[in-house]
Amino acid sequence: MNLAESPKLEDFGHDVWWIILIKVVGIFAFLVVMTLFTIWYERKVVGRMQHRPGPNRVGPIGLLQSLADGLKLAFKEDIMPKLADKAVFFIAPVISTVCAFTAFSIMPLGGMVSIFGERTPLQLTDLPVAVLLVLACGGLGIYGIVLGGWASGSTYPLLGGLRSAAQMISYEVAMGLSIVAVFMTAGSMSTSEIVAAQANGSQQEIFGSTVTLPGWYFLMLLPSFLIYFISAVGETNRAPFDLPEAESELVGGFHTEYSSLKFALFFLAEYINMVTVSALCTTLFLGGWRAPAPITTWWAGANEGWWPLLWFTVKVLILLFVFVWLRGTLPRLRYDQFMRFGWKVLVPINLVWILLVAGVRVAANADNTVRYAIYGGFAVLLVGIIMFWPAKKQVEPASIAPEKLPEGSFPIPPMDLVVPPSPRTKRIEHAAAAPSATPEQGE
Amino acid sequence: MSLSPYVPIVGLFALAAAFALFSVAAAPLTGPRRYNRAKLDAYECGIEPTPQAAGGGKFPVKFYLTAMLFIVFDIEIIFLYPWAVSFNALGLFGFVEMVLFIGTVFVAYAYVWRRGGLDWD
Repeated sequence: MNLAESPKLEDFGHDVWWIILIKVVGIFAFLVVMTLFTIWYERKVVGRMQHRPGPNRVGPIGLLQSLADGLKLAFKEDIMPKLADKAVFFIAPVISTVCAFTAFSIMPLGGMVSIFGERTPLQLTDLPVAVLLVLACGGLGIYGIVLGGWASGSTYPLLGGLRSAAQMISYEVAMGLSIVAVFMTAGSMSTSEIVAAQANGSQQEIFGSTVTLPGWYFLMLLPSFLIYFISAVGETNRAPFDLPEAESELVGGFHTEYSSLKFALFFLAEYINMVTVSALCTTLFLGGWRAPAPITTWWAGANEGWWPLLWFTVKVLILLFVFVWLRGTLPRLRYDQFMRFGWKVLVPINLVWILLVAGVRVAANADNTVRYAIYGGFAVLLVGIIMFWPAKKQVEPASIAPEKLPEGSFPIPPMDLVVPPSPRTKRIEHAAAAPSATPEQGE
Repeated sequence: MSLSPYVPIVGLFALAAAFALFSVAAAPLTGPRRYNRAKLDAYECGIEPTPQAAGGGKFPVKFYLTAMLFIVFDIEIIFLYPWAVSFNALGLFGFVEMVLFIGTVFVAYAYVWRRGGLDWD
């Protein structure tokens, strides 16, 4: 594979001002269009999963539905609740939106391209600490949600905002730990260098024949990939982790009191965050903008010019499909289950996995004594984990004996009540047992 | 390294801020204004709203605890990143150091777990 067209860290920061302007406007437009498209895409996919057509009235196959919804929101009344903290209520959606947009600035969308004769990487910019910028923007975006919930001066938004904050910071820990293994393998935190590091596959001897494995990190670092994706779903407050807006408990969560364009901004920020975590997942684990292996063998030019934008978008859309798929399939978790999963499952697995990756990499380059010491250490760790594995707490089975109620209180049916079959079920069973007899016979 | 790679980030930030501020400022102008006292009350599914949100602005102490745990682990992550980037150069020395560091944090983690700091109810 040709690495020549892959941009290096030194290629960034030399753009003329009008190139920067074009890229900034381009990224902005890309994100807004992706948001409008993703809302339509999600509703369509969930619709098909539930045997409905989904939106199909506005524009061809309903494509303009989300644009119409956005315009409609702009012409709705902007309500400022009496108890709201005016300034914070006003600024909270702005914080969310700005952080969501800024996080996308380091995503590599492609290799070197030429824009009006200027050769430049198809990426707004890149830094030695690029991935840290995404995490920082994600962290600052939480302020928008928690301040919006607090400033509404209402019960449901306050609880929704707090839940959001607790959930996002918990899963940010898991997310931050899951990408350590990627930095270790790539030796860099710059997104373009991580993509370049995944470009070359490795030759492996499997059952006597040489097979070229793709260098994508989701194969080599599968646990990291899985933990990253799970925590990305938690981080973006998506189903099955959409507890901040659990409508059965909290109406709408932190944005209950928001209306009009302020609400639209929160919605925009949520969908941009979805696109951003999918794009980061593509960059870190799925080879970034590079075409998948079979295409590059048939067609040498697949990674040149503007084509990478297509591969990148397709990969992001596949990940977004998984988001929607999870929403269409899984029920919402309870809050205590959710926090337990984040802190007691994802964090320890992550720490052990980081040590495992580091140990294997050190052992591969070390002499035999060190290697045996490291493997011995792993064995001790394994024994320790098995010995100290937290035992399941014995839970008393709930008593089903009816409690003694005071005289005259409302009668409560016992827990083990067997409901008699409904007359309709009996009639259907009767008809099935004797198909020759008419069902209405007995009536 | 010069700061010029950071300039486009400022550009995107400025464009997003302009867009968001414009939207928030335009919202009261584009929409209708029909006064209704009920609209301005806190929304509580139709019942009389409580005078102060969630029991007088108080909320469970668990949220503070989660925030403190987050700080502990986030600082650990910040130490892990530079180590991970220069891992190949550090070799065995880096590995041993990190085992000691993660081991130390793990002791605190096990303590919090045993004391019930990770249980929600």
